[in-house]
Amino acid sequence: MSIWVLRGLRDGVVTTRWPARPDAYADAWRGPVLAPASADPMGPLPLCPTGAISAEPLRVDQGRCILCGRCVAERPDLFAWSQGATGPGAAALTREALVVPEPPETDEAVAAARARLRARTAALRRSVHIRHVDAGSDGSEEWEIQALLGPVYDIHRLGVFFTASPRHADVLLVTGAGARGMAGPLRTTYDGMPDPKVVIAAGTDAVSGGLLSESEAVTGSIAAMVPVDVWLPGSPPSPFGILNALLIAVGTLADGGKGTR
Amino acid sequence: MTITQPAVTALWDELLARTSAGDRFAGLFATKPEGGALVLSAHVAVKGEGEAGGGIDTLEAALPPGAASYPALTPRLGAAFWYEREIHDRFGVVPEGHPRLTPLIRPGSAEDHALPRHVAGYGIFTIPHGPVRSGVLESIEYLVETPGEAIPHLNMRVFYKHRGVENRFAGRTPADGVLLAERAEGIASVAHALAFSHAVETIAGCAPPPAAALVRVLHAELERIANHLDVAVRLADAAGLAVATARLALHKERVLRLVSRLSGSRFGRGVVIPGGVSAPPRLPPAEILTEVDTLRRAVTADAEALMATSSFLDRLRGTGPLSPGRAHQHGALGPVGKAAGYADDARLARPYDGYPSLAVTPVRGHAAGDALARLRVRWDEVDQSFGLLRQVASFGLLRQVAEDLAERSSDPLNLPCEPASGRAVGWAEAPQGEVIYDVKIDAGRLVRCHPRSASFHNLVLMHEVFAGDILTDFPFIEASFGLSVAGVAL
Repeated sequence: MSIWVLRGLRDGVVTTRWPARPDAYADAWRGPVLAPASADPMGPLPLCPTGAISAEPLRVDQGRCILCGRCVAERPDLFAWSQGATGPGAAALTREALVVPEPPETDEAVAAARARLRARTAALRRSVHIRHVDAGSDGSEEWEIQALLGPVYDIHRLGVFFTASPRHADVLLVTGAGARGMAGPLRTTYDGMPDPKVVIAAGTDAVSGGLLSESEAVTGSIAAMVPVDVWLPGSPPSPFGILNALLIAVGTLADGGKGTR
Repeated sequence: MTITQPAVTALWDELLARTSAGDRFAGLFATKPEGGALVLSAHVAVKGEGEAGGGIDTLEAALPPGAASYPALTPRLGAAFWYEREIHDRFGVVPEGHPRLTPLIRPGSAEDHALPRHVAGYGIFTIPHGPVRSGVLESIEYLVETPGEAIPHLNMRVFYKHRGVENRFAGRTPADGVLLAERAEGIASVAHALAFSHAVETIAGCAPPPAAALVRVLHAELERIANHLDVAVRLADAAGLAVATARLALHKERVLRLVSRLSGSRFGRGVVIPGGVSAPPRLPPAEILTEVDTLRRAVTADAEALMATSSFLDRLRGTGPLSPGRAHQHGALGPVGKAAGYADDARLARPYDGYPSLAVTPVRGHAAGDALARLRVRWDEVDQSFGLLRQVASFGLLRQVAEDLAERSSDPLNLPCEPASGRAVGWAEAPQGEVIYDVKIDAGRLVRCHPRSASFHNLVLMHEVFAGDILTDFPFIEASFGLSVAGVAL
């Protein structure tokens, strides 16, 4: 066993300092697509496989974006990747706020949603327990959530823990397009959690169903099964994006800076 | 090659003649053309001999119009057990003589959720484990019948996370279809995209340019390393080795970060497209080589330490044994099959993309079939993958591509691939084993697409490996199979 003691010291501290300090990898993340507010969509718009793009005015629904990048490749004059896991492609507090560029009225709605969430989660801030439920994911979201438990992201340093029992959970982290077979188990888990509770829809599939939105076997969004507080796009979202969503959910991230929409 | 038989019994006879002659049963599915009769299609994997590459043949027979049943294959070929249940779930047609026709991929009525009891005896009870698992895992329900310690019977319910993926292919263009294939089994995105693209390319009669074929190998092998490291993390975690768990998780994260630096996605999504790859790796070959060598040294050192930790090995040795006979009979895929002495690696038997031009050293010499053998096979495959990555990165061709693209003299990474109409089978070796896509295209659109993951084919074997194992062995056995539920309950 002693070999492992030495091995544990081998690479020094590999854990990110984020959110206290910036992290280069988090900032390099290529997130859901953006469209500048000033864009003038002349000519045909690219065909989005999930129908995330709408014209007049030009909008991108990041909650539908599966990050295939077709629109960025076809019309670089209109579309661009959002940069950074906590930047303009990060989690939002209302579904409408994922549609960019945001109309001004979403700001008020987001502020109201944040105030409501704050009031509920004031007691949680320094110790948070998460219950994850897979409601029809493709499996990659689970990998990215598991990464948070590894040495690089190490969410325990932030007072965040995963729990097996919904009775101990404050946050419900749901992945997947809302498989109908999981409707019952997901609801039971939600009902089993004590108040106050916060629900995060993690990933484009959980937000909108993604490519499966029209499948009969799924509800297309987990909002059809449980009330959602935080919407996180990405197919799959990055570990930093998930971490950011968690901190937004429990109000650790203050109003200033990034990730406040 | 598609061979049509006049009737279902003739189809089964031909199929059994093929499997007893050495071919491998690779899958069974049904289709129902608009207004037509149900067609049963069986896939048979044929090994290549010498220079001649093998392939996957399709044997087919139509049911009489309006038929509500057909003679089941399962009593004659056990490997068809789950396939026939899936067909029953989808189309309601009854395989006569099937031993247990309960729902597999589609959740049925309330009574399908009752606790089953297959074993009778004093004090035997059923532990329902799932579908919401205790860790961050995919949804599946294990029903463990136990007198307290031993596991005389295990039942699995995979239907909870059925997403209806297969039906969502129809009507899409091949360019959109590959995006869905990447999300059929998210941890094997590259392999699924490859199998799908190979089928489309066969229909269109195009082949990816040599440089693109190498880029495909690059991503497929990185995906394999990440998956095998994931299994090692879960095994170390199950054994309570905190440092080993953290170290291996660190290596896995490094692999995913390398993939994202190469492609922009941590899962290599968007790289493989029908006709080639979408873009060259974003790192120069020399830097890829350095990264690969650094990773290899780190992974190998920790793998060696893990395989010298006796308290860990004790938990794996003899745990969850699959006999070589059963592995052969079932045609067990990937590391599960190789650990039991049955190796049918698509990269060797039916080579594709860059593999024919690379030296792939076969993983041989394992036959114990237990969780330890499965882990040893994975370490051998990790080593093999690192070797392949080195070969790819040092190939002159990749450097040439970077130079060509810099000069904008040509786009050597993808060819126009717009198939008109036709049908073909594509395959690729995922980290879990061989993935098969049966694709039919009409007027440039997908009419149907049937994916068959290695996870679907292999998971059914988990019923059989609990001889003498107890409840605390469960996480080791589950992790050692290394499968994804998403690929099972498509």
